[in-house]
Amino acid sequence: MTVHGIEMLNIAAGALLLTAVLVLWRREITMIVRIFALQGVALAALVAVLAWDEGSAELAVVAAGLLVLRGVVLPWLLRRALTGAAPGQRESRPALNVAASLLAAAALTLLALAVSAPLVALSPAPATRAIPIAIAVVLIGFLVLVTRRHAVSQLVGFLLMDNGITAAGFLSSAGIGLLVEVGVALDLLLVVLVLQVLTGRMRETFGDTDLDELRELHD
Amino acid sequence: MTALGVAGGLLQAVVIVGGAPLLLGLMRQVRARLDGRVGPGVLQPWRDLRKQLRKESITPRGTSEIFRVAPVLMVAMTVVVAVVVPFVTVDSPLPAVADLFVVVALLAHGTVITALAGLDTGTAFGGMGASREVTILALVEPTALVAIFALSVPVGSTGLPAIVGAGVADPDRMISPAGLLAAVALTLVVVAETGRLPVDNPATHLELTMVHEAMVLEYAGPRLALIELGAALRLAVYLGLVATLFVPWAIATSAGVGALALGVVAFAVKVGVLGAALAAAEVFLAKLRLFRVPELLAGSFLLALLAVTTAFVLG
Repeated sequence: MTVHGIEMLNIAAGALLLTAVLVLWRREITMIVRIFALQGVALAALVAVLAWDEGSAELAVVAAGLLVLRGVVLPWLLRRALTGAAPGQRESRPALNVAASLLAAAALTLLALAVSAPLVALSPAPATRAIPIAIAVVLIGFLVLVTRRHAVSQLVGFLLMDNGITAAGFLSSAGIGLLVEVGVALDLLLVVLVLQVLTGRMRETFGDTDLDELRELHD
Repeated sequence: MTALGVAGGLLQAVVIVGGAPLLLGLMRQVRARLDGRVGPGVLQPWRDLRKQLRKESITPRGTSEIFRVAPVLMVAMTVVVAVVVPFVTVDSPLPAVADLFVVVALLAHGTVITALAGLDTGTAFGGMGASREVTILALVEPTALVAIFALSVPVGSTGLPAIVGAGVADPDRMISPAGLLAAVALTLVVVAETGRLPVDNPATHLELTMVHEAMVLEYAGPRLALIELGAALRLAVYLGLVATLFVPWAIATSAGVGALALGVVAFAVKVGVLGAALAAAEVFLAKLRLFRVPELLAGSFLLALLAVTTAFVLG
């Protein structure tokens, strides 16, 4: 890999991690969706760098697909799930406050570094050295999923995890085949569509999508 | 101690002490223009200092020596930092002092001394301001250390001349995830430590919100002049630190007159541009609630930690 290739790869990986942290940091849900779109672009850039490095047309197609799906379609669907809600919706009371969850994210990053050390040691190339970052994104996505109370931000947490898993797959083995990739993408699209409909129904019935309000049984 | 280091140290002392109030004036002028006001001009902080220095010195009843020596100590510590950090040249007059840990400790001591002076007055505002300032300081210092540490990892030394020297030799090195994350973290440190928006509003004397101003409320005359000069020096030193660590262009590597002049001009331009950008950004910001400040600082600490991690991982 050329020096510039490594630089581009590192910057894309850094952007992936930074956007994951920003999702944890910000409260406005429209802002969270926008940051998620940025992360999709960063992921596509990461795969594009790998495609350019290996001269693989298949990977280039995958990168373009990722850009369309995760940079445009999924954020658009999430935004549609938000329309009709009161403007300026915020993640008002996360289960873990923002300062604590940021420190938790720091701990999770170190954990990711520790557990992926053997993986990196298998073949220390520039791409494999970025695996800890992808695993950190998975863990941060999981943290968002379990600590946020708003349906849309939980959905973003789930998609963050998936972004991390995809990144780890491409960094470790340069992709898992076009067919599998398309299958995963369709699955993801379906999940988001179903959850979007579910969110809409929830809002129609309860007037809100704060999942914490749904713990008690109603008549 | 080399000729380059000594020349740089002397130049830096003169440029920073002379230029820090001008930097403050520039930032106020930028804000004023963006607010649609005419503004008092860039020289106004110097005029204020001259006015304060001519007044008589007043010591509140019941205060101890701490109150009297704090302004001098604060300015002295900041001037030491201004002399030793390689701002204008890649060398330092006292390489042992130009260490990451020593520099951050000296800057933190300046804040601690001011907080002690605030407590010494025994007024409610002094205590409140000191308590807030120390809370912010406790969250900011680890961030500052870790952020600069991220830059020292690839170099293998915590000496600032070594870090800056490596940056001058290879300016592209800063465009890496570690460099960018550390830059953002250190910018937040600068904002918090120099009491700018959104952490503290430097232009307010409102009881509920002031942090730094509350601590120094009892000062008047020449001591107030020193406190204000010290605050301006801290601002210049912190911005200079960001400039010299992340944009190490045109820093003098030889003791020639041309190289030194270029170093001084480049330093002044870099700090001026950073200050103007900070002031312009402040126009769009509102002050954070005090209880939200730890959130911002925890975020900056996380960024600094990620910078160190990526510096180790991606190397």
